[in-house]
Amino acid sequence: MSQAHEASLTNHDEHAHGHHPFHQHHFATMEQQFDASKIGMWLFLATEILLFGGLFVGFGIMQARHTEAFVAGHHHLDWQMGALNTCFLLISSFTMVMAVWAASNNKNGNKQKVLITNLILTLGFAGGFMVVKYFEYSHKFHDGLLPGKFFHYTGPDLVPNMFVFFSFYFMMTGLHGFHVLGGMGAITYLIIRSIKGDYNTEYFTPVDLIGLYWHLVDLIWIYLFPLLYLIS
Amino acid sequence: MSTHSETIGHGHGEETHEHGWKGYLYILLILLALTIITVTASRFDFGSSTANVVIAMTIATIKATLVALFFMHLKDDKPINGLIFVSTLLFLAVFLGFCLVDADSRFDTRPATYKGPVDQMALPTLDVDKSVAAPAAAAPAPTATGGEHGAAKH
Repeated sequence: MSQAHEASLTNHDEHAHGHHPFHQHHFATMEQQFDASKIGMWLFLATEILLFGGLFVGFGIMQARHTEAFVAGHHHLDWQMGALNTCFLLISSFTMVMAVWAASNNKNGNKQKVLITNLILTLGFAGGFMVVKYFEYSHKFHDGLLPGKFFHYTGPDLVPNMFVFFSFYFMMTGLHGFHVLGGMGAITYLIIRSIKGDYNTEYFTPVDLIGLYWHLVDLIWIYLFPLLYLIS
Repeated sequence: MSTHSETIGHGHGEETHEHGWKGYLYILLILLALTIITVTASRFDFGSSTANVVIAMTIATIKATLVALFFMHLKDDKPINGLIFVSTLLFLAVFLGFCLVDADSRFDTRPATYKGPVDQMALPTLDVDKSVAAPAAAAPAPTATGGEHGAAKH
């Protein structure tokens, strides 16, 4: 027994003693560890939905109350920019799910390239989203279309209470934008660990969980886009 | 569509077949097509702004369902994860629905700049409320309600 143990110690790194190096000791099996992590992630996503939910409720109430101001405000948003960003996020969701697929089917490194390529593509589309967002924001800043008391737009189509629309616009897209930035950080972490070769059929939990988070960010944008850019 | 618990469960076998990825591509194409439909639909007037909102939100919900079922793997995942997701949406619906109904009964939903004729059958504005409430408060408390209230207590 001790001989076998020594053999395994020399064959693998110092952590390996008959189980997967990423298998945490308080879980009976890798599958149990994966399922537990996944439930935790879904609970986190539930809190995220309720966080954004509060803003959506506020938007709904204020839109009913200041319809004219919201319609006038919405005309200052470029739907083409919004549509482009929608496409960026949808495609990045696809490349993310491809990364999860590659990681979960990665045996002896045969999907290693697919995994890393798709993660880099996801990061690229997320970056594209932020670049478009930057151009949109700087245009709003230039026009004085700012939230709350910072609003100082003086165009011919100025409507009373228009600042309310831009308060919601910046709060909702801003909070969403921070989520995109956070996701980009998380995907960068995945790329580094993927290059180290940490993810394969037996262990790909981080790829799966950050994938779920990324799809939720996409899902929230699916509602933000028509609400802010399209409804008149 | 691959399920992860399945992949983990059977992943150790030698002859595990690879789950295809093309399904994801079809879902992406459907999602992009639905985005075009949303943009096109927003250019039409479906009679009222409410109708347009309902159509836009319906398409968004179809897209969100596709993302949740296929990209987030809820279709083949352990039911507990879907249960967490759906119950969150249920609570969000309670939050959203009750707040909107409440706001609708409280506020004058006409825009602040509204100067047109006042519909007498419409919900009372905040000002009307005051003028109605003030004399009632100033008048001596109606004995009938007071009596009933007192009687009910004993």
